[in-house]
This record gives sequence, structure tokens and C-alpha cells, in this order.
Amino acid sequence: MIEYELLKIIWWVLVGVLLIGFALTDGFDMGSMALMPFVGKTDSERRAAINTIAPHWDGNQVWFITAGGALFAAWPMVYSVAFSGMYWALLLVLFALFLRPVGFDYRSKLDNTKWRNSWDWGLCIGGAVPALVFGVAFGNLFLGLPFGLDDTLRSEYTGSFFALLNPFALVCGVVSLSMLCAHGGAWLMLRTDEALKQRSAKATQIMAIVFLICFLVIGAWLYFGQVPGYSYAVAIDPNAALNPLAKEVITNGNPGWMNNYSTYPITKVAPVIAILGAIIAIFASSKAKAGLSFTGTSLMIVGAILTAGFALFPFLLPSSINPNSSLTMWDAVSSHLTLGVMTVAACIFVPLILIYTSWSYYKMWGVITNKHIESNSHSLY
Amino acid sequence: MISESVVDLSRFQFAMTAMYHFLFVPLTLGLAFILAIMETTYVISGKEIYKDMTKFWGKLFGINFALGVTTGLTMEFQFGTNWAYYSHYVGDIFGAPLAIEGLMAFFLESTFIGLFFFGWDRLTKVQHLGVTWLVALGSNMSALWILVANGWMQNPVGAAFNFETMRMELVDFGALIFNPVAQVKFVHTVSAGYVTGAIFVLAISSYYLLKKRDLPFARRSFAIAAIFGLASTLSVILLGDESGYELGDVQKTKLAAIEAEWDTHPTPAPFTLFGVPNHEEMRTDYAVKIPYALGLIATRSTTKEVTGLKDLMQQHEVRIRNGMLAYADLEKLRAGDRSPALLASFEKNQKDLGYGLLLKKYAPNVVDASEQNIKAAVQDTVPNVTALFFSFRAMVASGFLMLLLFILATWAVAKRNAENKPWLLKYALFALPLPWIAAQTGWYVAEGGRQPWSIGEILPTHLSTSSLSTGDVWGSILALAAFYTALLIIEMYLMIKFARLGPSSLHTGKYHFEKQEPKAAVNGEALS
Repeated sequence: MIEYELLKIIWWVLVGVLLIGFALTDGFDMGSMALMPFVGKTDSERRAAINTIAPHWDGNQVWFITAGGALFAAWPMVYSVAFSGMYWALLLVLFALFLRPVGFDYRSKLDNTKWRNSWDWGLCIGGAVPALVFGVAFGNLFLGLPFGLDDTLRSEYTGSFFALLNPFALVCGVVSLSMLCAHGGAWLMLRTDEALKQRSAKATQIMAIVFLICFLVIGAWLYFGQVPGYSYAVAIDPNAALNPLAKEVITNGNPGWMNNYSTYPITKVAPVIAILGAIIAIFASSKAKAGLSFTGTSLMIVGAILTAGFALFPFLLPSSINPNSSLTMWDAVSSHLTLGVMTVAACIFVPLILIYTSWSYYKMWGVITNKHIESNSHSLY
Repeated sequence: MISESVVDLSRFQFAMTAMYHFLFVPLTLGLAFILAIMETTYVISGKEIYKDMTKFWGKLFGINFALGVTTGLTMEFQFGTNWAYYSHYVGDIFGAPLAIEGLMAFFLESTFIGLFFFGWDRLTKVQHLGVTWLVALGSNMSALWILVANGWMQNPVGAAFNFETMRMELVDFGALIFNPVAQVKFVHTVSAGYVTGAIFVLAISSYYLLKKRDLPFARRSFAIAAIFGLASTLSVILLGDESGYELGDVQKTKLAAIEAEWDTHPTPAPFTLFGVPNHEEMRTDYAVKIPYALGLIATRSTTKEVTGLKDLMQQHEVRIRNGMLAYADLEKLRAGDRSPALLASFEKNQKDLGYGLLLKKYAPNVVDASEQNIKAAVQDTVPNVTALFFSFRAMVASGFLMLLLFILATWAVAKRNAENKPWLLKYALFALPLPWIAAQTGWYVAEGGRQPWSIGEILPTHLSTSSLSTGDVWGSILALAAFYTALLIIEMYLMIKFARLGPSSLHTGKYHFEKQEPKAAVNGEALS
């Protein structure tokens, strides 16, 4: 079998792939629905927006669910510490997501303006709240989460939901929200026409600008602000089966989270991609070039997620109250055999998923016009 | 130490969310297959009415599916939020089937469900049929992986404890997926889902037949549901998961509790048809027994014993005492001692480590547990006999009522006279809740009967929760209950509205409410 150390790295990459897959696909579902009540003025326009994602939102959401499952299988400690610790944040995400399956399927089943408006706002919340909370959660990783592990590896979390809402993390939340809204706007540019498309282009442009500013602010904050990074005090054997408590971690001062970028200069390409993507999206949306805008927002997403991942590596959940309890991709992982089995499963199924997902987009592709909506009022959402 | 009330509240929350989820799942499992059968008939025969059937039942499928997805989200994350120590302790094994479920099944089902609803004009007939079958396949494979995970909780094979990482780790993936308990549970659960789908279609078609509406549509739906339902019910009953009850201590204890089998009887044991279990005195009052039946059902033999609860408790006491030794060894190992004698001793005793952990509730250090503590822990190893006894009988009674219905309905289909038998149609209509009663009581038997374990013989439930406050868990229970109930009310409202409207909701112009006077048509028009 493949070496344990290599498998650990593969799974760091694979979880990243799942997160990026989630943000790229479900990202435009969330973003377009967050924008929908604002860019869609009439019922037909809102329905057009909804029907661009109608055949796909459920499949896209599975990226999120599978990322949860993969976290459970590959990094069980991360799954348990993060979700039990950030209990109310995760529940908030779930409650917002609850509104989507029912919102999509039930909204247009009754011809009642109040009913439809309520679901429109439900879908908006279902898109905006998770996008915001994911960013806030990621932001808090840089600050460290207040948890410790006892000697039976039971985690004790001392923070609260409101403590997560600190200024740094909130700006990270805006980064993630504006990023997915821009992506959703670009998606609507691709798949709709006339007034809806124009308003979506405007929204994409504004959101990409907000993203760019906040992304740079976060970069500067990590560089100049008082956010210490974490590192191993003593090198560990990455090939060993490790107990998370069997390590010594130090906080290495400011700008500690930038260390990987100086150690491995190639990683600097990630923030460059994010910034370049934002610039492309801003210009392409002003020229109403849908395909190019979407490319830009996709680059933003890939770049931003990689930027965060590279900065934190090898840390997954740094602990602010007991740095030695921090979880890393070397010691919060599953056993050698489990990682091996999961790698085989991923190698078989991820390509298959990509193939049939692409086929479903290919079959359903096309611009959704108001006329199409009005003439198919009973077979569409 | 975790407070008892957090454990109880977390259990309540899990049971509530899982039971809500399982209101929708069995209907998805069953209806998906019925849709695939209807559409296959359409593609082969070319008759439009089968396409309309696929679309109409598909509409109801969609209303149900939405809440299945909604409530399913909670399930994927709840092990982390509320069962953090469980997730750490067994995530190495338990997480894998959940992740593979996502990769192999859930993606498939969810991607193609979109094409099922919106691809009618974009795909060829055969492509669309393929899509429908893939939805059915995806939902069934989803059930397979979930039941592999659940089967492992009942009969944890293919794993071993690693004292370095303080958790269970996978040693044999094949054993995990071919766990016999998981296999029988899978067959039992998906068949129960098919029955649910069949009853659903049969009951609503009977309503149209009673109302003398859309007869050709209702007749065909009735026929498909009756035959599919009969085959599925036979499969649930004959392939019931009794055969999985010989494996592992938890399953044996569960079986004895279901049957209120206090003493080990000479083989083959009698089956208690009815009675009132008396847990304190460990006997069953007013018992009505059928000789030999239990031995035959449970062991499929005339010579194997069904061990009674009193004997099982004696075995548990031995294992608890042995578990104390395992725990003492573990403490020394964790203190750094690696002497070969200690390793050998731990190797020998570690299968009972979980039994030792049962004592943690009474004696946090385990090794210094008193005789009284041991007695209490032994008592804990028997689940709630009364509740299991009656739940199991409610499930079986529902099953046989459905079997009878499907026999009569299939007979009527063969004779082509179902619509002339209003009593049969009313029976079918009022049978609508039965599959849900059977499924909910059945899950109670499976999971309530697993107590006091979250993972049989390995991890007690009372150690499995997150370090949350009672306020946190109370808050989430209330929020989830309110939200789920509101969504369920909306779902029921739409479901009843569209079921009443029938195929007229497709707006093809061919069905009952569209052929009537304009007023009804206007009412119908308000819906899409």
C-alpha cells in the first residue's frame, strides 16, 4: 500500500478538492439565490433564476454532504472537534440549508404572491447564511479555536457562538459571501437574458470588488496585525500513527501564518490567482462577458481556498487555549488502512461523478428566458 | 464527566431527527422503483398514460424527496455536533461507509433526480428511463452504505482498539461491508421501503377508484402497486432481519428482550404471542405462547438455543469483570509501560474493554468499582424489555395487515374487480399509515434494543456524546422540533392537495378536473 505519509498528504489534497468542488458548484447555487430577490424583480425573473439551477442544486449540495462524510472518514477528530465546538454555527448553516430543498420544490407549486415571496427570502437566506458562516469559521481557524483535549482525547470547547463573530472572522465571512455571490451572479449572467442578466452583471461586479478589497484586507491583517501563526516545536515523524497530544506546538508570532509562503514560494501563486480572478471578473462583468466573468469568479474561489489551505498547512484546527491540542493533517487522521480504502474509493468515484455531472449540465444547458418560464409554468420550478 | 441529562437529551435529539428523516426515506426508496417500473412500461408499450403516471407520482415523489434531503442534512453532521466522542472513537471505521455513500450513491441519486424532473424534453425516451433507474439505484445504494454503518454499530466486526490513538481502527474492510448483520438489515430496510411506496400508490389510487375518477389511470397504478407490494411484503417478512440475531452479544440480548425471553428454554423455544413483560420480577405475565415458534424463527433450526436474559446477564457480569482488567492494563500502557507481559495481557482482555467502560457511569476510574457498581452495570446491559416487546409486535402486526391487503388487492387485480369492492378500497386507503408505523417501531427495536451501547460491546452510549451543556442541547432540540414540524405541515398540505387533485395537476387536458365545468378548471389552474 501507499506510504502513510503520502496518504495523509493525498487526503489533505482530496478534502481540498471536495471543498473547492463544493464552492465552485454549490457556490453558484448559494450565490445566485442570495442575489435572487435583488436581481429578480418579477416572478418570471425570479423563476428564471431558480430554474437555472433547478436540475443541479441537489447534486451540487452533495459536495457539501460528501465533504462532511470525507471529514468524518479521513479526519475524524476534526469532524468531532469542529462541529461539536462550533455547535451553533453549524446548526445555523444547517437551518439555512433546510430552506433550500423545500424552497426550490414548493415555491412555485402554489400561485400565491405571499407564499412565493416568503420562499424567495428563504432561498436567499439558504444561500447567504451558509456562505457567510463558512467564511467566519475559516477566519476563526487562523485565530485558533478555544478547545483542549483531555488524556482520553475527549474535546472540551470553552468558546461561545458569539465569540466566533470577531472583526477578523467577520471580514473573512464577507470574503466568502462576496466571493460566492459574485460566482452566483456570473452564473446568472451565463444562463439568463435581458434585464435579469444586466442586473446580475452589476451585482457580480460589485461583489467581486468587495471580495478583492476584503481579501487584501485579510492578507494585510495576517501580515501586519497581531495574528500569531502556529508551528511544530520539534519535528515529528509524519509516517507514524500519531496521537494529537504527542506533539509540542508553539505560536510563532507575527506574521506566522505567512511562513509557508516564504518557505515554499510556489504557494504564492494561490493568492495571485484569487486576485487575478477578481480583476478578470470585475472587468468582464462590466463588459457583460458572461463566460469570462464566470472564469474569473471560479479562479477567485480556487485561489482563495488554496490561499487559506497553504497558509494553515499542516494545521487544520489550531487550539488557542492549548496549542499542543491543535489538530494537524499529520495527527488528526484516520488509520493507514482507512485512508488507503478511502483513496481507492475516491479514485474510482470522483472521476465518475465528474463525468455524469458534466453530462447533466451539457443536457440542461441553455439560456432560460422569461418566455420559456411562462410557457412551461407547470413543469418548471 | 458528562452529565446524564446531556446523554438523554442527545439521545432524544438523535431519535427525533432520525425518525423524522425516516418518514421520508422509505417512500423515496419505494416510489423510485415504482416510477422506474411505470416508465419502463411506458417506454416498452409507448402508451402515454404510463408517462403521465410516472410524472404524476413523480410530482408526489418530489414533494416527499425535498424533506428527505432537508432532514438528511442533519444526519450527516449530527455525529460530529452531538456525538463527538463517538466520532473520535469509531470515526476511523464508521466514517468510511458514510463517505463512500456520498461518493457512490448520493451523488448519483441527486444528480439524476434533477434530470428526472427537468429532462423530459431534453433527453431521449431511453436516456430518461436510464436516468430514472439510476435514481432508484442511487437511493438503494445509499441505503446499503448507511446500513453497513448501522450494522457495524450492532455487530462491530473488522476493527480493533489502538491504545496509542485511543480509538477503534479498521483492520478488515471486507468484514465491515460483508457484515452479515448489515446485509440482512439492508434487505429488510429497502424491502420495507418498497412496501411503503406500494401502500402509498395503492391507497391514493384506491381513493380515485372510490371517487370514480380517472379510472384508467387509477386502475393501472393500483395494479402495479398491488403486485410490487405483494412481492416486497413477502420479502420483508421472509427476509426479516431475525436471521441477524444470532450474531454478536448485542443482537442476542436484543432478541431476548424483544421476546421477553427471561430464561433459556429447551430447544426449540416457544414464541410469546402476547403478554406483559415484568422487568422487576423478570417474568412475563399473561403470556400466550406458541410452542417451538421462536426457536424456528430466530435460529432457523430445532437445535440451537435462544439464550435468555438471565443467562446473558451472567455472561455480561463475567465480561464486565474482565473489562476491569483490560482497563487497568490500558492505564498502564498509557502511562508508558510496554512490557511484553502487559501487552499480552491487554491483547487477551481488550475484547471486554467496552464492558469495563460500562462502569464509568458509576466509578470513573473503573478499576475501583464496587460490587454494587458491577451489579448496576450488569442491570444496564438489558435494554427496555417492555418497550421492545410491544414495539416489535406493533411492527409485525402492521406487516401482516399489509400482507393481507396486498394478497386481496393482487387477487382483485387478477379478477379485474377492485373498483367493485369498496371495502377493499377503503382498507387500502386506511392502511396508509401502516408502513410508517412498522418502520418507526422497527427502528426503535433496532436502536433501542442496542442500548446501553452506541457501538455494541465497544462503546457505551453514556460516553459517546459531545461536551455540550444541557442548554445547548435543549435549544437545538426545540429549534429542530419546531422547524421540522413546520416543514412537515407544509409538506402534508401540499401532498394532500396534489393527491386530491390527481393527474389533473399535470395540465395535460385529459384528466378529471380539466374535463369538468370551467370553475373546476380555474381551481386546477391555480396549481402547477
